[in-house]
Amino acid sequence: MTATTQIFRDSEADRRHRAKWWTSRIAIYGVLILWTIICLFPIYWTITTSFKMAPNVMKGNMIPFVDYTPAWLGWKSLGLSPDTIWNESTVRAEFMKRFMNSFVISVTSSALAVALGSLAAYGLSRFSYRFGWMKNSDISFFFLSQLILPPVVLALPFLVLYKELALLDTRVGLILLYTLSVLPIVIWIMRDQFGSIPTELEEAALVDGLSIWGAFATIILPIALPGMVAAFILSLVLTWNEYFFAALLTSTYANTLPVMVASQTGSQGISWWSMAALSFAAILPLIVIGVVLEKYIIKGMAAGAVK
Amino acid sequence: MSSQGDLLHVVTNDNIPDSRKRFGRAIIWGTAALVLVVAAMQVMQATGRADFGFENWRPTLYAFCTWAVALCWGQVLIRGEAGKRTLFVLPAAIFVGALTIFPLLFGLLIAFSDWNLSSPTGRQFNGLDNIRQMWVDPFYWNALWNMVLYSAAIIVEYAIAFGLALLLNAQIRARKFFRVAFLLPLMLSPVAVSWMIGKSMLEARYGPLSRLARFFGIENPSFFGSPEIARATIMVMDAWTYIPFMMIMILAGLQAIPKELNEAAKVDGANGWRNFWEVTFPLMLPVSITAILIRIIFKLKLADVVINVTAGGPGGATDTVTSFIFREYRERSNVGYGTLLAFVYLVIIVIAMTFLMKLADRWMRPRT
Repeated sequence: MTATTQIFRDSEADRRHRAKWWTSRIAIYGVLILWTIICLFPIYWTITTSFKMAPNVMKGNMIPFVDYTPAWLGWKSLGLSPDTIWNESTVRAEFMKRFMNSFVISVTSSALAVALGSLAAYGLSRFSYRFGWMKNSDISFFFLSQLILPPVVLALPFLVLYKELALLDTRVGLILLYTLSVLPIVIWIMRDQFGSIPTELEEAALVDGLSIWGAFATIILPIALPGMVAAFILSLVLTWNEYFFAALLTSTYANTLPVMVASQTGSQGISWWSMAALSFAAILPLIVIGVVLEKYIIKGMAAGAVK
Repeated sequence: MSSQGDLLHVVTNDNIPDSRKRFGRAIIWGTAALVLVVAAMQVMQATGRADFGFENWRPTLYAFCTWAVALCWGQVLIRGEAGKRTLFVLPAAIFVGALTIFPLLFGLLIAFSDWNLSSPTGRQFNGLDNIRQMWVDPFYWNALWNMVLYSAAIIVEYAIAFGLALLLNAQIRARKFFRVAFLLPLMLSPVAVSWMIGKSMLEARYGPLSRLARFFGIENPSFFGSPEIARATIMVMDAWTYIPFMMIMILAGLQAIPKELNEAAKVDGANGWRNFWEVTFPLMLPVSITAILIRIIFKLKLADVVINVTAGGPGGATDTVTSFIFREYRERSNVGYGTLLAFVYLVIIVIAMTFLMKLADRWMRPRT
């Protein structure tokens, strides 16, 4: 009788180990998936709601094509649905105006902040300065301490000053303030970045006859570029989403997208589809940036965390 | 960062002629004089002593910009190479200085005056009246207390963020997908979030979360009814947006820990839990404290969600200082009182943050 006895078998300890391994796997992925749902459901909800009609909202239908048929109602009210996109639409014109405002303001102020901040961070990481009683560490602290300054402290003085300077409700006014508000973050990231580049590189360049600005522009900038991109993207996110200053300092001409979204919130009642379409259109650029440039955002936020 | 001597040694051999130095000084002082003259003319017009036909204060602004450019250029003219080095930091310093110090001084002036922007009387100095008014303003104290509560919620956010970072750092598949998914809430504008979650998902009749609550047997789910629940809802929404931020900082810290340390602990017979408490967590302390401090700074600016979801209600229960001042201005256009409240807030923040940083410094020192 040839009993098929297993010669090599997992010992009791091994089998227990495997069971434990499986439970831990299931637990880990369970939590991960749960949190993914928590993160993504509001976005999913907004997209699907923008294609709903009144009865769908009231019945609480969730899945398009399965329990309701998508309609272009929300996008039609924005003038962005297929049948209205070629027609004139005041809402769309308004939306595009706000969108362009947001775009111009956030890109300009981020670029300005990255330019000013990189120069300052480079200088602080390479040379010792003395502005009156302020030494390098004091200057660094002066820049970084701006982070603590809550916007509300500057808001009302700026309101009055801008009124006198005729900068109220202009793009320039917002650009200046936004640059100011993201500058400390840019300096924080870039100081870290330049600190990790060895000074021998510039020394070699200087020996070869480049000026200090020449060395900075041709040798250091290309190396520090990823850090600058990270700082730029992070600034872009912060300035695109900024609401407080925009709500206070703009009224008709220089409104940004968040102000438009906020002003529609109250008036729409239960016509969720148009609010959903508007909200989704407002967050879409950043979702794209988040998915495509995730690497840089993480790099930017991790800078300075690890010394 | 070292502060003694340049990290980058540059031997300069400048031979700057006296005429160039004189020219440099001339443009700096000349433009400074220009600023003073223009400002004086504008002040005279503003006080009604003379009329130069200015429409607004732009001329002073332009004069100031000219001076700033002249100052940068003059540095190079006067000090040569050393001036070129100063040019790295000077533009940012002038920019920040002009945009914070002047408004702050100006704000100090406003803070002690009664100034209703919509009334024709203009600014009136009223001494300490604003402080007295603040002292008996229950809504302001309530808003300050709310800030303490909101900041306390950071501990929970930190725990969740740490847990998620540990999971992302574990051996998992599709790590990039989860990282992107977890990051997304941070990218969304708080205003859009306040509609997406606050106004639609939490809506009492048709919102999916209300339906979920009813499914679990809660009869009349109301997320903004009572003060406590409303506050908790705001906390949750803010946490939803900012947990990714802490998570990523902690994740960066976790990835910087050498694997050998945890392996050594495992060889020494530590189980997962002890491994975490006695190896990972102490090593993560500096990163954690940085993350928490930055998060507190961001939390103290919280306003968008409150303004757009509850407008401070019910009865001011969810107000943050920022949203309270925002409404104070919107409803009464009282610039003076609002500014004073903001300045008091600033003083409290500076004291609290200094204290916290000292404390953090002491905690971090013996371990690192």
